Amino acid sequence: MKKIKIALSGNPNSGKSTIFNALTGARQHIANYPGVTVEKKSGWVSHKGYNIEVVDLPGTYSLTAYSLEEIVARDFLIKEKPDVVVDIVDASNLDRNLYLTVQFKELGVPLVIALNMVDVASQRGIIVNKDSLSSLLGVPVVPTVARSNQGIQDLLDKIIEVVENGYEWRRDVISYGRDIDQGLRAIEEIIRKSGSYDKIYSPWWLALKCLEGDEQVRKLIRQDEETGRQIEEICNRIYKHTMDTLEEEPEGVIADHRYGYIAGITRKAVKRKIESRLNVSDRVDRILTNRAVGPFIMLLILYLIYEFTFWGSEAPVGWFEAFFGWLKGLVSTIIPAGLLNSLIVSGIIDGVGGVVGFVPLIMFMFFAIAIMEDTGYMARIAFMLDRLLRWFGLHGNSVMALLISGGISGGCAVPGVMATRTLKDPKERIATLLVVPFMNCGAKLPLFGMLIGAFFVRSKANMMFVFTLLSWAFALFAAKVIRVTVLRGPTTPFVMELPPYRVPTLKGLLIHTWERTWQYIKKAGTIILVISIILWAMMTFPVLSKEERRKFEEKRQELKTGFLKVPGIRNIVKDSAGLDRLDELFSRYVSLKEKAGPEVEKLDKSPLLPLIKEAYKVSKKSGAAEVKAGEGAFSGIAIAYLRYREEARKINNLEQQQRLRRTIAGRIGQMLQKITRPIGFDYRVNVALLGGFAAKEVIVSTLGTAYSLGELNPEQSEVLSSRLQKDPNWSPLLAFTLIVFSMLYVPCFATVVMIKRESSWKWAGFSIVFNLVAAYVISLAVYNTGLALGVGLAR
Amino acid sequence: MARKKTIPMRQMSDNQSGVIKKVSAVGDMGRRIREMGLVPDTPIQIQGRAPLKDPVAIKVRDFILTLRNREADHILVEVEEPD
Ligand SMILES: Nc1nc2c(ncn2[C@@H]2O[C@H](COP(=O)(O)OP(=O)(O)OP(=O)(O)O)[C@@H](O)[C@H]2O)c(=O)[nH]1
Ligand SMILES: [Mg+2]
Repeated sequence: MKKIKIALSGNPNSGKSTIFNALTGARQHIANYPGVTVEKKSGWVSHKGYNIEVVDLPGTYSLTAYSLEEIVARDFLIKEKPDVVVDIVDASNLDRNLYLTVQFKELGVPLVIALNMVDVASQRGIIVNKDSLSSLLGVPVVPTVARSNQGIQDLLDKIIEVVENGYEWRRDVISYGRDIDQGLRAIEEIIRKSGSYDKIYSPWWLALKCLEGDEQVRKLIRQDEETGRQIEEICNRIYKHTMDTLEEEPEGVIADHRYGYIAGITRKAVKRKIESRLNVSDRVDRILTNRAVGPFIMLLILYLIYEFTFWGSEAPVGWFEAFFGWLKGLVSTIIPAGLLNSLIVSGIIDGVGGVVGFVPLIMFMFFAIAIMEDTGYMARIAFMLDRLLRWFGLHGNSVMALLISGGISGGCAVPGVMATRTLKDPKERIATLLVVPFMNCGAKLPLFGMLIGAFFVRSKANMMFVFTLLSWAFALFAAKVIRVTVLRGPTTPFVMELPPYRVPTLKGLLIHTWERTWQYIKKAGTIILVISIILWAMMTFPVLSKEERRKFEEKRQELKTGFLKVPGIRNIVKDSAGLDRLDELFSRYVSLKEKAGPEVEKLDKSPLLPLIKEAYKVSKKSGAAEVKAGEGAFSGIAIAYLRYREEARKINNLEQQQRLRRTIAGRIGQMLQKITRPIGFDYRVNVALLGGFAAKEVIVSTLGTAYSLGELNPEQSEVLSSRLQKDPNWSPLLAFTLIVFSMLYVPCFATVVMIKRESSWKWAGFSIVFNLVAAYVISLAVYNTGLALGVGLAR
Repeated sequence: MARKKTIPMRQMSDNQSGVIKKVSAVGDMGRRIREMGLVPDTPIQIQGRAPLKDPVAIKVRDFILTLRNREADHILVEVEEPD
């Protein structure tokens, strides 16, 4: 099998990915381009005895060194010299797509044109004569409809044909007008003579790029001082000349001539049947981007997405929860209680399960976002919001990153940070990725939900909406602050294509959804696993001394002995082991009773059941003390039992608290109390927030542990929210402050790593400090304003 | 008879068409504008404006392009002025 390498290149939205998938099937993997953050995908296909490596390059309009994508595409073409470059050209938008084609010809790469979207073109009455296009351009042309797999085999055939005919890299010359042409020849000559020029670039192309003012090439030329000086002189002369005569930069003159050349070709090769002034897409735009109703439609769509996400993911999230609950139960039956059990249950399953548990929510959100993206609506949102975002120093395209990170509530900042790649200007880009973690990602929602459930029950839906608005307000405000301080600078142009509306394909939607979801899952598999274990260790060690544990054990024994002295109890429970069994059965009974009725009958055979039933009934009445003795056979014992349980809970609680205080995390939490007291957080909240740095999901489970729920009294694990409700230290104001704080404070660890990958450690560090300070200052203001006004103190 | 007149793109009204006469933008902005096909002699039509009246969407060479008013200022368009 002979091996060849081909590159897919073309304008954004011309169908590269669709062709890539049609060529390679699902066999693809995402590789990070060395040293650069823009992704390059590659896959394989076999055809006619050739093993073809297909590389999907980022979409570009041009081959200047203006943006990262263009540099990646260009460097790949020049350095790796693919055997064939397949230029995917959108037939319904031929002129602009050919602009890139012309530049490929200038570079001299072996080309095959895939004339894609001929279906769309003919719908609009645009008929392209492929033979005349091919002969005018001197490049083989294969018409395709990538979406329905048409022309893909022809394309492969043509690629092999070009390879077998032994294509030579050769440049094509078009004229850019006399002045430029002369200058080009002069520079070419100088480069050719100079020994220091790199053989991988053609001198003529280097000359062209010099005249276009390409920084990357100019730097290359300047390596040899004498050559650089000479060339600079010619460039300056031509610059002056064109400015004087044409009032245009050489670069502009060159672009004008490229388009002139293209116009000459399309005039001959393209026939327009009808001058369809308004196609369907344009008519849709009349409504969706209408200045008056457009914004309302947008809000409505965002609201529907919100509803759709939560409606759709509710059941699957429940399944995941049930699964991890079951897994924990399973582990507990296999591994005896102790450190190992605790490591696996509280460290690994809780940590990883917390992240994985939200996969359905994240997936639904990403699916909705993929629909907006693939239909072309996302670009319209950017268009409509650009003015607003620009006021805060961001860019219309920032909206995409903000939405993915949780702008509608429920998303993930990890793919959100990645989505900032669509922003060209580094300052706008960094500002966006710094504020993206403020959005309400899926991981923050359980905490919000729990606190809202506890303190704002009456206005549940409203509160969620309020917090979504707040996160936007904070993000925009923070962006403004960043853009007028550390990242001061002008905004970049918003010269952007609004792609025509298209009906998305299911395959495309699923791929987009999956790629982003996978980013999220990966964080569970790697970083979160490690961090969960570290956090677990920090919350476990050092353990209480033997002496201290014995003291608690003694107290418990004492309590038990006391209870076993209750008259009549000996008939039911004989000894302390029997009491343990009763406790266990009672817990099971309660949890079964609260979930599903019928299964309770399974416990039927136990002789303890009557007492349990009675105790349960009593516990459900307003207060155990009000039930008069003699009301049932066991009620006296039942009341005593419930009292015993309450006392036992208190002891366990004390032990748990002491245990937590003693651990590393507990100590840090206590140390931090000095700082967090003004915003109302005690050491337990601090410990939970510390855990939240690993992943925000951890906050709730850590709070649960810190409030001595979970492992010691399993039947209470669902009632963290009612536990907090009863706690005198908690108030709606404190809950509100905690929500605001956790909305803003440090991005989770995975996001920090991602920010680093997309910018630098400097900005990753900045984002931690900046967000912490912002969170603290704002929480301080909220909490103290509340205190001063006396708002939200009563429940 | 309609009179021809050259005005900056920002001043064009919705749905108005015209032909680009001159692009005076330089540097990055100029490059970006030109590579999207806004070069002299290209016919364009204003498609609409965003809710806050900026950016503007125009139809050019079979596709819709958006640019901000600040960028549109650098593009001179010849329009027919009914008198
Ligand atoms: N009607 C039609 N639609 C197509 C065809 N090829 C691709 N599409 C659609 O065009 C849209 C863009 O296709 P992509 O493959 O994502 O384009 P791309 O070039 O990879 O875009 P970027 O990655 O943004 O640069 C998708 O909605 C495709 O389903 C075609 O031949 N006919
Ligand atoms: Mg693509």
